[in-house]
Amino acid sequence: MTESTMKPPKKTLGPVAWMREHLFSSWYNTLLTLLIGYVLVTSLGPLLSWLFFDANFAGTGPESCTGAGACWVFVSERLNFFIYGFYPDDQQWRVDVMFILLAVAFVPQFIEGFPGRKWLGIFGMTGLPLIGYFLIPGGSFGLEEVPSTKWGGLMLTLILAYIGILASLPIGTLLALGRRSDMPIIRGLCVVFIEVWRAVPLITVLFMASVMLPLFLPEGVNFEKLSRALIGITLWQSAYMAEVIRGGLQAIPRGQYEAADALGLGYWKKMGLVILPQALKLVIPGIVNTFISLFKDTTLVLIIGLFDVLGAVQSTITDPAWQNVASEGYVFVAFCFWVFCFGMSRYSQNLERKLDTGHKT
Amino acid sequence: MGNPMTEQSQTPETVSSPQGVAGDSSPIIKVEGMHKWYGDFHVLRDLNLDVKQGERIVICGPSGSGKSTFIRCINRLEEHQQGKIIVDNVELTDDIRQIDTVRREVGMVFQHFNLFPHLTVLENCCLSPMWVRKIPRKEAEATAMEYLERVKIPDQAHKFPGQLSGGQQQRVAIARALCMKPKIMLFDEPTSALDPEMIKEVLDVMIELAGSGMTMLCVTHEMGFAKTVADRVIFMDAGEIVEEAPPHEFFTNPQEPRTQKFLKQILQH
Ligand SMILES: Nc1ncnc2c1ncn2[C@@H]1O[C@H](COP(=O)(O)OP(=O)(O)OP(=O)(O)O)[C@@H](O)[C@H]1O
Ligand SMILES: [Mg+2]
Repeated sequence: MTESTMKPPKKTLGPVAWMREHLFSSWYNTLLTLLIGYVLVTSLGPLLSWLFFDANFAGTGPESCTGAGACWVFVSERLNFFIYGFYPDDQQWRVDVMFILLAVAFVPQFIEGFPGRKWLGIFGMTGLPLIGYFLIPGGSFGLEEVPSTKWGGLMLTLILAYIGILASLPIGTLLALGRRSDMPIIRGLCVVFIEVWRAVPLITVLFMASVMLPLFLPEGVNFEKLSRALIGITLWQSAYMAEVIRGGLQAIPRGQYEAADALGLGYWKKMGLVILPQALKLVIPGIVNTFISLFKDTTLVLIIGLFDVLGAVQSTITDPAWQNVASEGYVFVAFCFWVFCFGMSRYSQNLERKLDTGHKT
Repeated sequence: MGNPMTEQSQTPETVSSPQGVAGDSSPIIKVEGMHKWYGDFHVLRDLNLDVKQGERIVICGPSGSGKSTFIRCINRLEEHQQGKIIVDNVELTDDIRQIDTVRREVGMVFQHFNLFPHLTVLENCCLSPMWVRKIPRKEAEATAMEYLERVKIPDQAHKFPGQLSGGQQQRVAIARALCMKPKIMLFDEPTSALDPEMIKEVLDVMIELAGSGMTMLCVTHEMGFAKTVADRVIFMDAGEIVEEAPPHEFFTNPQEPRTQKFLKQILQH
């Protein structure tokens, strides 16, 4: 049995062979390669000089920006505002604690075989928001109260996105199950809810949440603006999520439902143990796509007067003391969003690979 | 085996009662005047059947005759609209609790296995014992290993179903159903999605199970299996039970023209 020790042949290509195969395999591929190479070289150079080589990194004020490139001094000078908004300086450690916890919970998710990373992930979805619930607003455990009107910047963006994401997944799941329920009343309610929320633009939802909701609430009940925006975002997002998850539910073959029934698992165990784990796994790309859109859509809270990271930057670039710093501000915002959205995207790819059990349906 | 069609019937006999089981004990499955419709389509017409504890029954019949629908009614995967089905003294009605009670006592094996692809073989087997019967994990796993041993694939316990052959998957499906320690096992064409060389390994498991005294209802076209293990063979056509007889009689001396025609077709190859 010499075959048993044989390894599958490895396909290796040297750099020249690789280029020949991938870049210059035919005359039009060669042409395209050269064309794209030209565009890259001519546009990348100026971009890099603006971003790095001619940029100003050190200094303390507008006067240190003398070079032709970007004025990163602006960003570093205002970084505090971009991250914490109006959160009082001496209380910012509370926000920092949350940032650290967030990193502790989620960075290990990218490291294969990190000890206890599953538990860290679970902590990130349960303990973390709970701690944040007490730590950020304060007013209990001897913490000074910081009203939500003072929150802003990246911190606010993360709060909006994180709570929206965390709450919309379970609510969306329930809505999706409800929409496929055998009970006509439940099904009807879920259909109406989903179709109403999904048909309304988020801007409208936010306006309604901030302007109209107080009119409907009974006397004396009053949420602050942020909570109202959060409820609006969550419900709106849940409707989208429900449809993504419903797609997954529909893709599960009937035999799976029948096998679970035949084993005597009741409705909730059937769904929780058999159907949803498979359905959610199938729609991970769709779910993460929805998360990413939500993350970026949180910028719309600007119109109801909340200063997320984009709002914070936008309000400072008009500062007459600094001239022409709009590009720097927007690049910074784009970078913040890119880091988190790219992170989510990578994480979902990891997850898909990890959950692959080699079945084809 | 000679061609059963050459001898014609001399002793006309109606439905024979099962032999070898206590006659006085009440049947574990009782079907009485059962009808089922799909919309306007009358799939099952006036079915009557008593199954005693430990009896092994094979159901056969042409495609579309309602065999699957019939056995799926016995654990209420399909609901019947008229008549009575009583399983282990529990009548199947709309009552969810009654349905759950019955399903706990009835194991089912499907044509397409229907294993849970996101769980390992062992987890497939432990899922229901742990969550429905509330058996602790350790104990459930020990039981599962016992049954996997019995269907001869203990070494695959930690693989996922997608990594097994069809025959292995079907044996896991049998083990999974047995882990609930059911009183009755239903099989719906368990071998018809398998390649010929895998059919035998599944049939062997089923024959072994039949020898252990399990009450079995089996829809199959494996006539060899019917001859070896069945106490009774039931022939269905167009939603009716046309004929019901012990296998020897059924194959050598079928009474109904429809049965004769069916047997002729199926035994030709
Ligand atoms: N969900 C359904 N809705 C409507 N008609 C159905 C449904 N399921 C089955 N039928 C019809 O009921 C009849 C009986 O189907 P059933 O699956 O019980 O047949 P079967 O005897 O098991 O056939 P086979 O040997 O091909 O499996 C068929 O004519 C089929 O078309
Ligand atoms: Mg069938």
